[in-house]
Amino acid sequence: MSDERHEKAVEELYHIAEELYGQLGGGKVPHMKIPLRTKSNIAFHPRSMVWKYGSAMGVRSAKKLSGAYMLLRTLYMLEFINQMIKEKKSSTLREMYYISEGWDMAKFSSQDESNNLAEDLEIVTMCMREDFKLRPEENGASVLGNVTIQEFNRKGEKKRINCRDDVGDSGYSLPYNVEADKIKLLDHDADFIMAIETGGMFDRLVENGFDDKSRAILVHLKGQPARSTRRFIKRLNEEMSLPVVCFTDGDPWSFRIYASIAFGAIKTAHISEYLATPTSMFCGITASDILNYELPTDKLNDKDIGALNAELSDPRFNDRFWKDEIELMLKIGKKAEQQALAKYGLDYVTDKYLPEKLTELGVL
Amino acid sequence: MDKELTAERGIILFNRRRHHPPPEGIGMGAHSIAEELARKQKDISVAEFFERNKQILGFDSLSRSLITAVKEGVDNSLDACEEAGILPEVIIEVEALDKTEYKISVEDNGPGIVERNIPNVFARLLFGSRFHAVRQSRGQQGIGISAAVMYGQLTTAKPARVRSKVAESNVAVDMELILDTKANRPQIIKKDYSIWDKHSGTRVTICMKGRYITGKQSILEYLKGTAIVNPHAQISFKDPSGSTYVFKRASDVLPPKTEEIRPHPEGLELGTLMRMAKATKSNRMSSFLKSDFSRISDRVAKEICDSAQIPPELKPANLTIEQAKQGIDAIAGVKIMAPETTCLSPIGDSLIKKGLKNVLEGLKPSFYAPPVTRKPRVFAGNPFQIEVGIVYGGEIPADQPVEILRFANRVPLLYQQGACAITAAVENVDWRNYGLEQRGGKGIPFGPAIVLVHFASTKVPFTSEAKEAIANVPEVREEIEQALRTCGRTLKVHLAKDARRFKTREKFEIVQKVLPKIAEKSSIIVGKPQPDLTATITKIMDIVWVDDRIEFAGKRHKVTIDIYNYTQTGKKISFYATVPDGHLSFGSVQPKAEEVKEGRIFWDLKRIASMGKTTLTFELEGLEKEMYDENELYAAGIDPSRIIGAEPLPGDWGIKVAAPEKEEKEPSPDDEENGVDYDSAKEAVADE
Repeated sequence: MSDERHEKAVEELYHIAEELYGQLGGGKVPHMKIPLRTKSNIAFHPRSMVWKYGSAMGVRSAKKLSGAYMLLRTLYMLEFINQMIKEKKSSTLREMYYISEGWDMAKFSSQDESNNLAEDLEIVTMCMREDFKLRPEENGASVLGNVTIQEFNRKGEKKRINCRDDVGDSGYSLPYNVEADKIKLLDHDADFIMAIETGGMFDRLVENGFDDKSRAILVHLKGQPARSTRRFIKRLNEEMSLPVVCFTDGDPWSFRIYASIAFGAIKTAHISEYLATPTSMFCGITASDILNYELPTDKLNDKDIGALNAELSDPRFNDRFWKDEIELMLKIGKKAEQQALAKYGLDYVTDKYLPEKLTELGVL
Repeated sequence: MDKELTAERGIILFNRRRHHPPPEGIGMGAHSIAEELARKQKDISVAEFFERNKQILGFDSLSRSLITAVKEGVDNSLDACEEAGILPEVIIEVEALDKTEYKISVEDNGPGIVERNIPNVFARLLFGSRFHAVRQSRGQQGIGISAAVMYGQLTTAKPARVRSKVAESNVAVDMELILDTKANRPQIIKKDYSIWDKHSGTRVTICMKGRYITGKQSILEYLKGTAIVNPHAQISFKDPSGSTYVFKRASDVLPPKTEEIRPHPEGLELGTLMRMAKATKSNRMSSFLKSDFSRISDRVAKEICDSAQIPPELKPANLTIEQAKQGIDAIAGVKIMAPETTCLSPIGDSLIKKGLKNVLEGLKPSFYAPPVTRKPRVFAGNPFQIEVGIVYGGEIPADQPVEILRFANRVPLLYQQGACAITAAVENVDWRNYGLEQRGGKGIPFGPAIVLVHFASTKVPFTSEAKEAIANVPEVREEIEQALRTCGRTLKVHLAKDARRFKTREKFEIVQKVLPKIAEKSSIIVGKPQPDLTATITKIMDIVWVDDRIEFAGKRHKVTIDIYNYTQTGKKISFYATVPDGHLSFGSVQPKAEEVKEGRIFWDLKRIASMGKTTLTFELEGLEKEMYDENELYAAGIDPSRIIGAEPLPGDWGIKVAAPEKEEKEPSPDDEENGVDYDSAKEAVADE
């Protein structure tokens, strides 16, 4: 990452402190304005085809006790980030959470709180958390398929890796930084990318040789996909012109996984342009599949029902297909896992279900 | 322990019915047994009677038997001490002899019992009491100590041991007693004399089968309840594990002695009237009505007779059923004064508070609502009085139904909560109005509260002979509801105050802790000197804060009231403090008040500058410490939502305070700072 970006980050963060100081000097109550991170404040950007924050602003003010503490934490975080940049160090988000132990009354009460504040700073400064020398601790996804990349490894060597031939059955593991300075996409011989929610299904497709037979690059999302996973999928899609399909469970949470890949997540709507792949298609389990394939199901619980209803008023799901499927799921009151397809045998998913679905989508 | 006065009324009545028909109000609902027993009275053995009526007597289960025995002992001890004008000191011990056998002893510092009476008091089931008129008393709790003695004897075959000493005697007498269940006569197994280091007193020791349990229906709970409503008693309890609990005396004042009154005619029943007419010493109906009932004058007696067409000179013994019926109808149509209430002994608000504090202080409640003692009222000719107290907060569990402490004539009721009028009343009140949670405004509310209800009456309308629940008499239940609402209102006021104080505490935390740190950090980052925070502080606080305290020293209460103006402009305030009548030390009021009258001090505070402070003080003399523990402060001339710690003037004061002619102009609010709160508008979005 270039020093310029860090310098810009330092400058932007300094502005925040300057503004708070100025407010105090002017006899005002210190406050910060931040776009509201709610589903009612995301809007579709026709040019980039993704969902980003709208114009509604919230105020974080020292009039409220919680707001006052967040402002104080912001100042502590600024100091910490400045120091890291100066000393050419970096830390994980979790480390930053622990660093705050030394911040006396300003320490974070949970890691969610510190993660969210890092995002707030991204939004306000228009920088990325990597610019602040902050990185996530979790690894990205596993990739398996005929694509060749070049990674600058920790020793500074260029390492050429074919994600089918040079890796084991668990695939190539994505680092947290998948930008071009770390990973170059060299070559591929595949027709599409398949993003898979669960490890069990990923392994099933690997065992059945689906990547070879169907010329697919398999990406294991590991649940809600990390930023680096979404970014990597987007790069494969844009730079290699490969279509993306998402293969998930059939429940409201899986719909959100697809939304975060295709539309942009609400939580990271400020960087949707970097992360979302608007042309992604959904080939996960739907309510219609549950009926058509007569899949084994579980009953929707209260949280599932709440989540489905929330999606009905989520502008990202506001189209015919999603409205129908969500309403149908609420009506039948059932959900199903991808692995429920095993009802018809282990090969059913690769021999029947996926070919049917992918033909329908025009991928095969 | 003068058993002649306090013996087991319920049973005594029917034993003596041939000689003295009992007046209504003493039977305590024991009629049905009475009738039953009377029919079979030929040769019923006491043991058989006991066996049949175990439940009524409170010995129906192993765990309840222990409690009942302790209750009988303690009730008798308290009654005896009070009759003799002695502040009670009761020592209870329960010792486990083996798995199911316990030794119970109850010792008091009462007047003692003369030697010749001891056997009959403790070992004769139906030993007599004198004719008992209408008054409030304990001992509605079953049959008495003799029943406990007999239960012990039946289950363990061991005699009861009694030690007693009267003040006039140098030695105590020790006796071992059993009850001859065939003849219902006491037998003295052993008698001895010994030195007892006690001015006077009695101790009874009984061995019995039982089960010792802890929890809601336990001896400890019963004693706790007893201690709350008898703050003049010192009660100590040693449980089978050897732990000792002491409920210290919280008041040195004995409850005033209750006076006996004659039955009130309202609610009189036909049978009772007939029995009384047969038994009276009067020769004429008019004088019978006047002398055997309360609140009947010559004029009222004449009115009743006229209306019922009963000749006033009729001999009461010759009263026919028909005439009696007309008499009862006539009574209903005549205006008769409510019964005297000198027969009642309410605990009183200050003693309830003392009792609650004394026993519940371990839970560190944050609030004792001022207890409510209602005026006496009447149901069916029986005067009664309701008292209510509420304790709130501290370590009282918040996520559970409110605990209800029920009392009838100073005796805790432990069983049958669901069937009790007190419970019904609690369930009927919409507690959501008073700051407690309650689904749909019905049922027992949830919250960190304990509700005490005391029912004092000459007759407790128990639902059954078990005497554990008060019947749902509409007058009684409504009266309890009224008392609960009155007490609930003060709870609500307190909670509202608390909520505002909490908000204010948050503001203080912002301006005292967080804001200076924000200023420090931001000035370090930008490398400039720290800014002056005054303007920001007043914008955040924007209130006038009243901080008052009471110190008690040298028998004087010293009240100090600090008024801080944390608003952006100077403030003019009319400030009032109410003081108890006749206790204000006039010279102590500082600064000089505008006016002191009708128990109020009025200060006209011309101007407290922004960020300025004014202090007011005054002193009270001649009050006990507990009598004054919360200031009542009121303010006018300022928006009530902008002053914390003083209430707006009550409407019934009739004081109008003119709006200040010239309000200092406040800076217009900054729109920038007011918007949707970012941190509370954030949804739980976890879609990464």
